[in-house]
Amino acid sequence: MLFGLLPSSRLPGIGTGAERARVKPRAQAINTRARLYIVLMLLALGSTALIVRAIDLQIVRKDFYQEQGDARFLRDMAVPVSRGSILDRNGEPLAVSTPVDSIWADPQKLLEHADRLDELATALGIDADLLKQRLNQRVDKEFVYLKRHLNPDDAEAITKLGIPGVSSQREFRRYYPSGEVMAHVLGYTNIDDRGQEGLELAFDGLLAGAPGSERVIRDNLGRVVEHVELTRKPEPGVDLTLSIDRRIQYLAYRELKAAIIDRHASSGSMVILDARNGEVLALVNNPSFNPNAKEKTDPHFRRNRALTDVVEPGSTMKAFTIAAALESGKWKPDSKVDTNPGTYQISNLTIHDVHNHGLLTLTGVITKSSNIGAAKVAETLPKDNLYDMYHRFGFGESTGSGFPGESPGFLPIVKAWGPVEKATISYGYGLNVTPLQLAQGYATLANDGRLRAPTFVKGALNPDNAVIDPQIAHTIMGMLQTVVMPGGTAFPGAVVPNYFVAGKTGTARIAHAGSYQNRYISLFVGIVPASDPRLVGVVIINDPGGGQGGAYYGGTVAAPIFSKVMDGALRLLDVPPDNVQHWYAGGPEVATPRIAPAPAGDEDSTAEEAVP
Amino acid sequence: MRSLGIAVLLLLLAAVVASAVGVVYARQESRSMFVELTRLIGERDDLNFEYGRLELEQATVAEANRIEQIARTRFGMISPQPATTVVIKR
Repeated sequence: MLFGLLPSSRLPGIGTGAERARVKPRAQAINTRARLYIVLMLLALGSTALIVRAIDLQIVRKDFYQEQGDARFLRDMAVPVSRGSILDRNGEPLAVSTPVDSIWADPQKLLEHADRLDELATALGIDADLLKQRLNQRVDKEFVYLKRHLNPDDAEAITKLGIPGVSSQREFRRYYPSGEVMAHVLGYTNIDDRGQEGLELAFDGLLAGAPGSERVIRDNLGRVVEHVELTRKPEPGVDLTLSIDRRIQYLAYRELKAAIIDRHASSGSMVILDARNGEVLALVNNPSFNPNAKEKTDPHFRRNRALTDVVEPGSTMKAFTIAAALESGKWKPDSKVDTNPGTYQISNLTIHDVHNHGLLTLTGVITKSSNIGAAKVAETLPKDNLYDMYHRFGFGESTGSGFPGESPGFLPIVKAWGPVEKATISYGYGLNVTPLQLAQGYATLANDGRLRAPTFVKGALNPDNAVIDPQIAHTIMGMLQTVVMPGGTAFPGAVVPNYFVAGKTGTARIAHAGSYQNRYISLFVGIVPASDPRLVGVVIINDPGGGQGGAYYGGTVAAPIFSKVMDGALRLLDVPPDNVQHWYAGGPEVATPRIAPAPAGDEDSTAEEAVP
Repeated sequence: MRSLGIAVLLLLLAAVVASAVGVVYARQESRSMFVELTRLIGERDDLNFEYGRLELEQATVAEANRIEQIARTRFGMISPQPATTVVIKR
């Protein structure tokens, strides 16, 4: 039908006249119009097919192709934000993030240029075979870190080599200028700069911020050629101002560390609270670790003993027993307790005092730290009242400081109390507290009997509520002052020149495998100045003498640390001295003998055989 | 009537051309400003990082232990004893 099907020789006008004569006349004249229609139809069909295809591509399957196209050059790139700094209460930096660069590679692309691997390995300072092995293992991935956290200048030197598939990525690394002094409070972050421990973990959401995201167009070499839009605004981390005072923290750490070395103790903690608002001014533990190189340290050095470890509070508990006694109305500060003859039997438990203190007043029970006195006082009180008193002071419950991993301690439920338990708990055995809980309890006494949960954030004032009558709190403060006066268990160890100190010593035997060993914990809790409480300090020295003997009483081991730290802290905080008269009378004189060993006879009692 | 139509057409044509040029210009302007913005953000970040580094350096140099060592060993300073402290009233 078509022209092409006709042999060319038969085309009209081409052949000769003779040939033309031989051509058979067509049966029908050629219908040019029909041919035209056919051609047009075919063309229309073709173009319709094209249009249909175009619609299919442009409209029906547009999303799919758009996506495929975008996937080849549009990229969502994270906009890294730096982690907020942690500052002390005076704005000194304690933890700062600085930018570092991490080198990464696309293994497929890099392996196409295997000839440059040696050069890369040299630049990275790693073994070439190891590098090859790592790349081959991850050949189906598109991303592999080659080296992380490089100095930006070093990283630039590597990317400048121009090896295909090798790029750098901005990251942040955390530095802690105060090192081991702050290590436990601050905690640390992992390699991705997320908080793992301590306040870094507690406030991770706030400090980390939220990385932004932007859409960019990249060429086939992965270079950004155009920024399209910001899909998520980056929110940098917020700076966190702590209640910690770096100078007091350092002072506490220095004295604690020196004492632990000096006394051959295994560990120790110190907590200092601001008595007025519950802010933690210092919280130190020793042994400690360097958070800038934490990989090398023994994991148990990382334990925040002041918050996660519990101790039996020993005699420091007596202040709360006396509070219950005063509240009951059965006892007055000058009520008499007979502690003769220095031992006392309750069913199968024999309670000992270090010396026979004879007839004591209620104040004297605190001054001399008589176990028998405390037990006899407790005997006269209903166990519910005692439990209630300890519980009101926050024992057996987490303080609510928000610190990760904080232990709630352990106060046995009242049902489990028999006469023996009641006696032992009254002088601080058979229950567990954290050093921070102890500080909180004494801060309550200092704060007119109003309990306020401690906080690590400056200005975050927790609400306080009254747990005992202010009058009782004042009476106990007065009794606690006698502890740091001649005849008291903490004299002259805890004396802070120019200031009145209220405090309580404690010595507890360390419970081990169901019995008590000849290893001790020395405690001292103090409040200074006693006339207008400003600072509350808890010192705990674990196992002084290392089980090899030597002094272990709270008044001899722990109290001098309190004295030295508070002496410096009060000066740093510009706290005015208590009164000039006392300063003339007691200050300069007692400054010298406080280094000398405490005279025998003023020692703190230790419970020799508390029930396991 | 016809000449008015042509005039309107020409005017519209000119407006189209002008807006096309305007789009090109605005696009170019936005590109160059974006480049400038990116550069300034980078500069700001670098300055912030530099500040952070300096702050860190300052904190390291002002570390209490270091200051104490220098004060005690190099300058022979001591903490004042209570006996040598005078309390004054302001």
